[in-house]
Amino acid sequence: MQGVWDLIRLIFPYAIVFTIPLLITSLGGLFSERSGVVNIGLDGFMVFGSFVSAYTIKLLMPVLPNGDLAVWIGLLAATVAGAVFSLLHSFACVTLNANQVISGTAINMIAYAVTVYIARTITGSGNITIVHGIARTDIPVLSQIPVLGDLFFKSTYATTWVVLLILVVFAFILYRTAFGLRLRACGEHPHAADAAGINVYRTRYIAVAISGAFSALGGAAILVTYSGEFNGNVAGLGFLALAALIFGKWKPLGILGATFFFGFAATIANVSQVIPFFTNLVDKSPFWAPLTLKAFPYVVTLIALVFFSKTTQAPRASGLPYDKGQR
Amino acid sequence: MTPKVDPAGRTRRWTIPKKYVNSLFAVLLGLIAGAFFMLAIGRNPFVGYFYLFKGGVMNLKYIGQTLATSTPLILTGLSVAFAFRTGLFNIGAAGQMLMGGLTAIGLALTFEHMLPRGILLAVIVLGSIVAGGLWALIAGVLKARFNVNEVVATIMLNWIAFWTVKYGVYAFFRDPQQETQSKAIDAVASLKAPWLTSLFPGSYINLGLFLSLIALVIIALVLDKTTLGYELKAVGFNRSAAEYAGIKVNRGVILSMTIAGMLAGLAGATYWTGYSSNMQIDTSSLPSQGLDGIAVALLGTNSPVGVLFAAVFFGMLQSGKGFMTAVTGIPPEIADTIIATVIYFAAAAVLIERVLDAWRKRRASKALAATKKGGEE
Repeated sequence: MQGVWDLIRLIFPYAIVFTIPLLITSLGGLFSERSGVVNIGLDGFMVFGSFVSAYTIKLLMPVLPNGDLAVWIGLLAATVAGAVFSLLHSFACVTLNANQVISGTAINMIAYAVTVYIARTITGSGNITIVHGIARTDIPVLSQIPVLGDLFFKSTYATTWVVLLILVVFAFILYRTAFGLRLRACGEHPHAADAAGINVYRTRYIAVAISGAFSALGGAAILVTYSGEFNGNVAGLGFLALAALIFGKWKPLGILGATFFFGFAATIANVSQVIPFFTNLVDKSPFWAPLTLKAFPYVVTLIALVFFSKTTQAPRASGLPYDKGQR
Repeated sequence: MTPKVDPAGRTRRWTIPKKYVNSLFAVLLGLIAGAFFMLAIGRNPFVGYFYLFKGGVMNLKYIGQTLATSTPLILTGLSVAFAFRTGLFNIGAAGQMLMGGLTAIGLALTFEHMLPRGILLAVIVLGSIVAGGLWALIAGVLKARFNVNEVVATIMLNWIAFWTVKYGVYAFFRDPQQETQSKAIDAVASLKAPWLTSLFPGSYINLGLFLSLIALVIIALVLDKTTLGYELKAVGFNRSAAEYAGIKVNRGVILSMTIAGMLAGLAGATYWTGYSSNMQIDTSSLPSQGLDGIAVALLGTNSPVGVLFAAVFFGMLQSGKGFMTAVTGIPPEIADTIIATVIYFAAAAVLIERVLDAWRKRRASKALAATKKGGEE
């Protein structure tokens, strides 16, 4: 029993660190899809954010007296750049009524190609390494709480708290403000929303910008916490965030649970090589044990989709271009 | 070359179908974007493009290399295009290709010293086709039986395939010397043929090229000359109308997805047991041919012939980039950038159409005005 507790205490902080970028990216996807624009470009936005933050931090680090400041400016720059980059997606999907899946695919491809192209020009290798990320800190009083303190408040990254704050604020915006109501209306029944005087195009532009900003922040969070290097991809985490969005039924609390669930599984898979409890398991079945852990999020998402199929959970108008003329 | 427009606006000396015009404009805009990116890092785009294309065709080695790079693109492009014709978006070509490749490598390593070459190659090729087909069948069944969006399903299946290959190769086929890749297959199990390699010495060209062309012909025949193709296209045009006409829509969806998966699975065999001779597992991204296949299908307007041209064009960019980088120092990702931009503009075809329409209208009205002024007939 003591062994299991130690294990959980050991894995938990890693799981949280892994979860946070997924969570913020998933939240971004949620805003886009709830407004009616499917965004499978989340992965590309993450890569883009990772690139922008890496480059910004690399530029600022020697100039600024304080390394932490450079990191925070890097995160901010990624967020803003993500919002700007997302205009490419919203222009195609909202203004031109293009196929949203194709546009999202193009976004991914552009992000993978262009970021490495620029990085290679700058550093020669296509990778950008930052020497300084965010330091882990214990939260003063709270980390002393037995059990919970160990799990949630010891050696945490500040980004974790920022992202959780964003989640709370944006969940509030989505459900408790006029803007949130309008946004959801655009995703469920854009013609009715339009009839009620809501500017569907503008709302969707804003929603897609939010998704671009958040996913770029997610990519940047990976960089400043556990990766430390931009290398042209985020190991498909954007698609994992997409799975979490679906598994979490397009709801903020749902994606919080889903991302943590997925993050925990992935973390166990990642550390299974070093923790004795799992190495035994992996030695016994080198194929099925790690595969089960890694493929698990995608499999449960597929299963969930089968169950959802009776009662559609997805925003009704997501994926459909809005054509005023069809009202 | 200005086409004449008579007062009734009828006569044109030549016309290109609108969809091809859009593709050509998407390519043009993609190339312009590529030029912009070359300029942005202070390089001369004309020099860049010269070496990019020269690197694709300058001698037999590079021509062979272009064809070898095009081979899996023809198949993944065909896969995406075929599904598109039935109204399905197969974003899972990468995963199907991985499963086909894993099966091909597995069969090759298991049977390479047991079977004669002809049978061995047949087993490998058929195995990859079956594996890719079965992998896509899952998405087809989910779509037909449970109405699960095939885009989401195939994305999930891509990553399940990714991890299956990663741990499958590691657990069963890894190279004892280098744990990040599978053992290399023997020459007897490879789709590379000595006579073909000697035609294009130094390239990775392999029999997969002929397999892809055969697949292309078969798909073209199925689409245009069979009842099945007619039914699948009918489902793509209008699902409800097809159903009303007595076509079994669900069966069509499953079948179309499976055939698409078979094509992508074959791409896996041509790539890992033809172009390459082992599977690398130290990667953290899906094989690029999956997404490139979408670009190929879009640019080729989902027709087999279009797919062939688009695949060879992209294959040329991909195989020429190494030479261009070596000579000019422009990063090789320029090729991917161009492909990515082309697919964006293909998606935004409406923009091109609008501009062209506006241009045509203005020209037509000008011509009309000119004839009125001139003749008063």
